[in-house]
Amino acid sequence: MSQQIINLVTQEFIKNDLPQFRPGDTLKVSVKIKEGNRERIQLFEGLCLKRQGGGVSETFTVRKISYGIGVERTFPVHSPLIASIEVVRRGLVRRAHLGYIRGLSAKASRIKEKR
Amino acid sequence: MAKGILGRKVGMTQVFDNDGILIPVTVVEVTPNVVLQKKTVVTDGYEAIQLGFMEKRAKLANKPALGHFAKSGTTPKRYIKEIRLPGMMEFEVGQEVKCDIFAVGEYVDVQGTSKGKGFQGVIKRHNFGTGPMAHGSKYHRGVGSMGTIAPNRIRKGKKMPGRMGGETVTIQNLTVVRTDVENNILLVRGNVPGANKSLLVIKTAVKKQK
Repeated sequence: MSQQIINLVTQEFIKNDLPQFRPGDTLKVSVKIKEGNRERIQLFEGLCLKRQGGGVSETFTVRKISYGIGVERTFPVHSPLIASIEVVRRGLVRRAHLGYIRGLSAKASRIKEKR
Repeated sequence: MAKGILGRKVGMTQVFDNDGILIPVTVVEVTPNVVLQKKTVVTDGYEAIQLGFMEKRAKLANKPALGHFAKSGTTPKRYIKEIRLPGMMEFEVGQEVKCDIFAVGEYVDVQGTSKGKGFQGVIKRHNFGTGPMAHGSKYHRGVGSMGTIAPNRIRKGKKMPGRMGGETVTIQNLTVVRTDVENNILLVRGNVPGANKSLLVIKTAVKKQK
């Protein structure tokens, strides 16, 4: 009963049109950014490291290398600030969390494509 | 005008606000309350309203209680609480109080009974520091000094181990995030005291005004 009430509260935020993606995939995330009254869309493209949590609170972390520096951003999956998520490439990994990739060189951190 | 309502804690979740930011909320189920009695200065010496919340079978109420419920023309209620704030006299006996008495963005104080922790030591109960756990120390989680020896007794109010939790706690100045009259749901920003399914009293904030 309690869970039903909580689902009732959060169901309006849950997006049903999300693509299926999992850690190891390369994603293109379109993020809405507000500057005063103007709204523009910024792309954040990188490797999905992990998905955490469930329901409306679920988040995913994307890592990219920007000018030689690793940058990670965590987004709520159902955030209204995310215009779209596009899966560029599906990776073949055997972990749910890819934290080990941070310590690897660019060459070693390549991920095989899933076929 | 001061307002108050009784509710049941359902649990916590998160919702997105208008800026798209995820905020933590507590879900409170507030089925319509009924004003059972009005206490006035003339008859009782103070001003308050008595609210009844959640149905119960008539069999579970005794005769005096049934008489009391009949006065306000309602069915027996499981929880009865008084809400004593200045300016509560606009409520009428028998009136249904729903969660829409609060507006979105309004500040409220939420009162509940904290989770019982059982018999706890001073480190958990009073935030004392621990002794060294190693390097030959044998003093790990003790109470420490009992105070000066001069009075030959322990001074009153010395913080010692004992029962912790299970007491009435009020969290002040929480924001109302959403009121849903259709489903009788009230969302309050942040956490509130007590376990899920426990009784909560939600009142207009005493300190912070909108």
